[in-house]
Amino acid sequence: MNRFSKLGQYGIFLAFALICLVLAFSTPKFFTISNLLIIGNQVSINALLAFGVTFVIITGGIDLSLGSMVAVTGVAAASFAHPDTYPLIVPLLVGLGVGSAMGAFNGLVITQSKVPPFIVTLGTMTIGRGLALILSKGRPVSNLSDEFNFIGGGNIAGVPFPIIILLIAFAVCSVVLNKTILGRYMYAVGGNEPAARASGIRVSRVKMWVYTICGLLSALGGILLTSRITTGQPNAGAGFELDAIAAAIIGGTSTSGGTGTMTGTLIGALLIGVISNSLDLLNVTSYYQQVVMGVIIIGAVVLDGVGKKD
Amino acid sequence: MSDSILRVKEISKSFSGVKALDNIHFDLKKGEVHALMGENGAGKSTFMKILIGLITPDSGEVLLEGENLIGCNVNETLKKGISMIHQEILIVPELTVAQNIFLGREREVSGKKGLLSGWLNDSEINRQAAALLDKMGVNIAPKAKMKHLSVAQMQMVEIAKAISNNAKVIIMDEPTSAISDKEVGTLFQIIRDLKAQGVSIIYISHKMDEIFQVSDTISVLRDGKYIGTKNAAELDQNALIAMMVGREIDQMFPVATQVFGQELLSVKNMGRAGKFSNISFNVKSGEILGLAGLMGAGRTEIARAIFGLDPWDEGEINIKQSPLHARTPREAIDHGIGYVSEDRKGLGFIPRMSVKDNITLSSMNNHRKGGFIDTHSEQSVTEKMIADLKIKTAGTGQHVTYLSGGNQQKVVIGKVLLASPEIIILDEPTRGVDVGAKFEIYKLIRSLADQGMAIIMISSELPEILGLSDRILVLSKGKQTALLTRAEATQEVIMRYAVA
Repeated sequence: MNRFSKLGQYGIFLAFALICLVLAFSTPKFFTISNLLIIGNQVSINALLAFGVTFVIITGGIDLSLGSMVAVTGVAAASFAHPDTYPLIVPLLVGLGVGSAMGAFNGLVITQSKVPPFIVTLGTMTIGRGLALILSKGRPVSNLSDEFNFIGGGNIAGVPFPIIILLIAFAVCSVVLNKTILGRYMYAVGGNEPAARASGIRVSRVKMWVYTICGLLSALGGILLTSRITTGQPNAGAGFELDAIAAAIIGGTSTSGGTGTMTGTLIGALLIGVISNSLDLLNVTSYYQQVVMGVIIIGAVVLDGVGKKD
Repeated sequence: MSDSILRVKEISKSFSGVKALDNIHFDLKKGEVHALMGENGAGKSTFMKILIGLITPDSGEVLLEGENLIGCNVNETLKKGISMIHQEILIVPELTVAQNIFLGREREVSGKKGLLSGWLNDSEINRQAAALLDKMGVNIAPKAKMKHLSVAQMQMVEIAKAISNNAKVIIMDEPTSAISDKEVGTLFQIIRDLKAQGVSIIYISHKMDEIFQVSDTISVLRDGKYIGTKNAAELDQNALIAMMVGREIDQMFPVATQVFGQELLSVKNMGRAGKFSNISFNVKSGEILGLAGLMGAGRTEIARAIFGLDPWDEGEINIKQSPLHARTPREAIDHGIGYVSEDRKGLGFIPRMSVKDNITLSSMNNHRKGGFIDTHSEQSVTEKMIADLKIKTAGTGQHVTYLSGGNQQKVVIGKVLLASPEIIILDEPTRGVDVGAKFEIYKLIRSLADQGMAIIMISSELPEILGLSDRILVLSKGKQTALLTRAEATQEVIMRYAVA
């Protein structure tokens, strides 16, 4: 390992720390507890999706249907979340169940048809959007119960509930990736699929798992979003997949598979959140924000490429 | 016929300290077909790459009509008149025959200058291609898409391309490996025509009968050294084989114990359409069965089929008397079969994973503790395996990609062993491994057999086959041609069956 690979490995953490430091001095409002909680709250949905897609990218795949799954699961959950109809657990299970099923469908088509994940999930992205419109008959599903709205809007001891969900999801995803055999197999499949198969790993099974998990986490994001805006929006989540993929890539997950960490992805999502927050505070228009974000994505991959040269 | 067109003097080439070619001489006359012979790894392909300018030798000269070509790149040697017909044909399938023949030379053909030189002139390309193919006497439409052609036709197109480049020397690398007997006849006719026009041909093939049919002169390489050149008429098959393999086996190989136990694997009339057929053998506990044959004889295909990597459709396989038709490697591993692939980088290990993560990959179920990985047991098992196999690594966390070839191979063998196999198939176990590590791997293979495993070893190196095997199965073109005992086998005998 040389100097550059170390830089590539820790570059994202250093960059993140540096940006926070600069912001702390340049914008007094940045390092206030209330602003930090706002950032955490804003980041939570993208981070959940990014965790899901990190699993997928580590196995060498991609999932473009995240945003559509957010919409479908949000609408599905909202349909069961009107006041005085079902207990809270029902909309939650419906949302998570629909998300997992859609993810499993992605996995099934990808493993059985040998069609590249990019194409399959491009298809399910459109299918998902259509399903959301069908389920909601094209109209927002509103009038949701207070308990349901607490998930995205409430807080415990001053901490927004989405941040708590985010932290729990981060812990669980990290453990799955680092401490379980499934996680080890994900790295193996993405690192060299034929060798993984020859080592006795059931590659299709591993892929089924990652797409299902990705669907589940998208559903969690969908429920959070629906609850936060107190409506199930069939048009919600458009473009979310790109932000999630960007967070994973900025966090050091290689699109060629086999590498990546949940911590990196979390930092990637936070970096995106911090930058758009600070540009807000600095009164930079959202037009410029997009340009900055694009530069950061490319910069992160260039850094990653430098790290890989031996 | 007497003036020489290509003269090669004292060519040497080393790769990371290993001599691939040592002081090679080669003399090609105008209008002759000169066969270049040698076992796999004798240095033929390195030699060819030097001739076409893909590799620069450490020393020596390549003189084409007196002009030294050393330092020329592939395009320059092509312009000067050396063309190669590769074993794996290099074409653009979606383009037409004519477009492929003149690929990269569209400007020359169009004859236009200035701004218009970027303008394609397909009708002229088609006209010239038609004339060329017509002159060769082959019936291929210039406007046909390349992907619709047979392998033999594609070869004809490649030869047409070489002729259109005014090739003085055409190198043909195993040109008959993928074409039918009838097509071989057409190819040989074209070779004779080319000869008559004064084109010289360097012909590489493993097929003895062809060599004697088509070539005027035969040169032999062995272990990167030039052995000699003879007129084809002076040689017969046995004399040629002796030139190719004539080396002594030293004390590199551990002594066999020759005590075998029960039959662990038996294969009966096994076959896979188009790959191999009617394969029958068995291996006992404690025995090493060598699988000999030339590249493409079907050895690896049989191994992959037994291990569940490829399907097979005829016959049966029995593991300890009970039938098994493994459809996935997992199934094979669970029934006690281990496979060390010839394709170490492609199938052996995960480059960016650590030694520990690679070595335990097939046996993770032994390190399961309530749904999580038991890192302590993984760590201790890995350390023991590193010590047992003498793997040279900076630690259990080292990425396998940074290890030497021999140590990477040991990691792969370690992974296979940790899944507790009773039958191990080793496919070219010492390929790309230096001599010291080779010796250790030989000892390891013998000791595994002595521990009661049944070993199947595929190797293209005859000394290895002869030195280690208790019995030797020889394959040729997907068929089993001999099952020899250690006493019956010599290099000459094996070679004879391998080309049968």
